[in-house]
Amino acid sequence: MATPVTVHAHAAPQGFIRKYIFSTDHKVIGLQYYFLALAAVFVGMFLSLLMRIHMIWPNTVLPLVGEIKPETYLSLLTMHGTIMVFFVLTTAPQGGFGNYVLPIQIGAPDMAFPVLNMLSFWTTFVGFIVIIAAFFVGGGAPLHGWTGYPPLSAVQTAGPGEGLGADLWITSIAIFCLASLMGALNFITTTLDLRAKGMILMRMPLTVWSWFITAILGLLAFGVLLSAGILLLLDRNLGTSFYVPLIVVNGVVMQHKGGSPLLWQHLFWFFGHPEVYIAILPGMGVASQIISTFSRKPIFGYKAMVYAMLSIGFFGFMVWGHHMFMSGMSPYSAFAFSILTMCIGVPSAIKTFNWLGTMLHGHIRFQTPMLYAIGFVSLFVSGGLSGPFLAQPVLDIQLHDTYFVVGHFHLIMGVAAIFGIFAATYYWFPKMFGRMMNETWGRIHFFITLAGTYAIFMPMHYLGMAGQTRRYSQFTEVAYQTKLIPLQTFMTYAAFITIAAQLIFVINLFWSMFKGPKASDNPWEATTLEWTTSTPPPPDNFGGKTPVVHNGPYEYGVPGAPKDYVMQTDPAVAAAGH
Amino acid sequence: MATYTPTTPIDGIGDGHKPPVPPVGGGDDGRGNNLPDYGARLRRARLGLICAIATVCMVFISLTSAYIVRKGLPTFDDASSSYVHDWGVVRLPWLLLAINTALLLVSSATMELARRQAARQAALAPVSSIPGVSLGNERSFPWLGLTVLLGFGFLAGQWLAWGELHNGGFYMNTNPSSSFAFLLTITHAVHLAGGIIALLWAASASLLHRPVEARRIAVDITAWYWHFMLVLWIYIFALLGFAR
Ligand code: HEM
Ligand SMILES: [Cu+2]
Repeated sequence: MATPVTVHAHAAPQGFIRKYIFSTDHKVIGLQYYFLALAAVFVGMFLSLLMRIHMIWPNTVLPLVGEIKPETYLSLLTMHGTIMVFFVLTTAPQGGFGNYVLPIQIGAPDMAFPVLNMLSFWTTFVGFIVIIAAFFVGGGAPLHGWTGYPPLSAVQTAGPGEGLGADLWITSIAIFCLASLMGALNFITTTLDLRAKGMILMRMPLTVWSWFITAILGLLAFGVLLSAGILLLLDRNLGTSFYVPLIVVNGVVMQHKGGSPLLWQHLFWFFGHPEVYIAILPGMGVASQIISTFSRKPIFGYKAMVYAMLSIGFFGFMVWGHHMFMSGMSPYSAFAFSILTMCIGVPSAIKTFNWLGTMLHGHIRFQTPMLYAIGFVSLFVSGGLSGPFLAQPVLDIQLHDTYFVVGHFHLIMGVAAIFGIFAATYYWFPKMFGRMMNETWGRIHFFITLAGTYAIFMPMHYLGMAGQTRRYSQFTEVAYQTKLIPLQTFMTYAAFITIAAQLIFVINLFWSMFKGPKASDNPWEATTLEWTTSTPPPPDNFGGKTPVVHNGPYEYGVPGAPKDYVMQTDPAVAAAGH
Repeated sequence: MATYTPTTPIDGIGDGHKPPVPPVGGGDDGRGNNLPDYGARLRRARLGLICAIATVCMVFISLTSAYIVRKGLPTFDDASSSYVHDWGVVRLPWLLLAINTALLLVSSATMELARRQAARQAALAPVSSIPGVSLGNERSFPWLGLTVLLGFGFLAGQWLAWGELHNGGFYMNTNPSSSFAFLLTITHAVHLAGGIIALLWAASASLLHRPVEARRIAVDITAWYWHFMLVLWIYIFALLGFAR
């Protein structure tokens, strides 16, 4: 019956360097990714604070940074976006939690290719160093935004920061692509090949599904960004004309001729739209896992959840044109992209209703992980609702490149994914460190962050509708925008408070690591495999055994069971009435 | 709704799926090298390879689409104040490229022989360890070494071809068509060089007396990758030849 199969257990590596620095243990690598993202998020947050300060006090000279010129503002914006999208939202949910939890949840001792896994992390790390270096080179960081549109990004003399800084930026992205590709390969192989006995695909936790689908998206998308980046480097440094048309920069006629900036936009967004799902899908997985666990109910519509994620991934590759309605595309293509974009609303709505259906009539335990999971759903809905508006080419003429878009994607991609990361942190922290995080401070952190992020990003929609363009460093001189200054001031204050509240989280995190109350092996009374092993898990995850799986991942409240939950390794639950 | 009956026998394990393999240590760190289930590790490595190939395909699909778009793009000509096509025709060194193609074709064949040889050796490894059993001259022909040589030959030939292009006045930035000719061939060469490094690793594995299975897996993976490089090259050759 539940006798575990004994396999060869590999010994824990000795020595500090092999154990914590160049470790091949997926758990160590997962934490390395997590702390890298934590460092990155603080850099990114600091930059955003500078931008918000500059918006309401444009003439203030800041300590450390000095005077913020329009181009300084643009480089802050570029580095903020790039660091956040790549080194936080792509790194923590997938590289961090995926790495740590996926092998344990499928009952494997490690990833399929542990050395490759180590290599992916260190490559990511190098990418981060390279992008940070862009701040310190002559001319400073690039100005072209996280989307890097040419010709600005493709001409060395187009502005300060577009020289070496932009080269470093592209190099960093290319390095990041390589790292993500290695990671994606590893995740896919691991999921397909290392599942424990009985862990059939339809018994995988939804978190595993989400990391798996994210990896497939990454595998197909990052190669495209990599090629696009190489073309950009060639245009910049070898004088080719892939993206750059005949152009005059600062009064000088460039040697380029005949290239198309739109070519970059197509390649970039063919990567870019899947990328936004790479950021959010793991959050969806985590929300499903947590909402089911803390509602003490099976997830509503497990299969629908799986198919919804699959179709989100599939459609995600066919909608990139919705970022380019204003690029002069044919109205027929715009129409097609518009329809396909709205198709994604369907699986998104299925997921939302299934989360709500799971909570309905549940015996909900409102602990911090659950609060964050609910917060995730809330943000996903409020950020997602503006999507179908933007997907109308006619409305997008008005809204494109305004703060409406900034509000849309910060709610849905920025903050929702961050809430996914928070939920995952509070949920798996006991497993990772063997101690509990402080519940009271967790809740305080949650409520301030929830209110704060809505306060920052909701008004952006109104600003956008009122005509406030994005990526402009100053508006205090523009008559119709001066009326909006009180709103801007409010948002900046909200940003101050919200960012300050993150200190609560960091202190809670590090304090609990050493001083938190000891956690049991299964503090949340959850069912998936990571809760069957000791806390924290031994180097080979299950102490020389491999679990055998008999049940689906969300067997809560099964009638007749001795407890209100049945672990995946417990004796099989008869599937009656199906 | 499910009901709980503790005595229910296990059911549904692996229904309709291949039986799950008990996982052993990682596939590439040598920790599990002495375990008998190298078949499982081979399958895992092949799965990884399929993913890698999918990525390389995406890279070349994007380059191809850029090629097609750029080729069809009208550009403003200030001399005539009208839109013209600036896509020129590159004079490729066809003979040289044909020879390179032949080299790569042959190397693919020798690679396949090396792969089968390695598979045989791995299968016979348990037998050969019995004292008194000789496997004859199985090891005699160095197919792997020959493949590496041919691979270097191909790269050298490509190098000559780039030189020929330069001699003909075509550089990376001469014309969009020459940009793409260089870009595609260089990208392919870089990927092929990766294959050569893997082959050298596999060859050194036999010199360093690594377990025969580890070597077999390395050779097998590289062989499939190598065949893929051949297909990719033929594709690029056709693209440059027919979509000029
Ligand atoms: C029903 C679902 C969604 C629809 C219909 C939708 C639609 C759109 C459209 C049409 C735009 C382009 C607006 C413009 O630039 O004028 C846009 C921008 C954006 N969306 Fe969404 N979206 C949806 C969900 C998401 C999700 C789930 C994410 C991320 C997790 C996301 C992230 C973004 C980002 C990052 C941008 C802006 C990129 C930039 O210009 O910098 N969206 N969305
Ligand atoms: Cu999009």
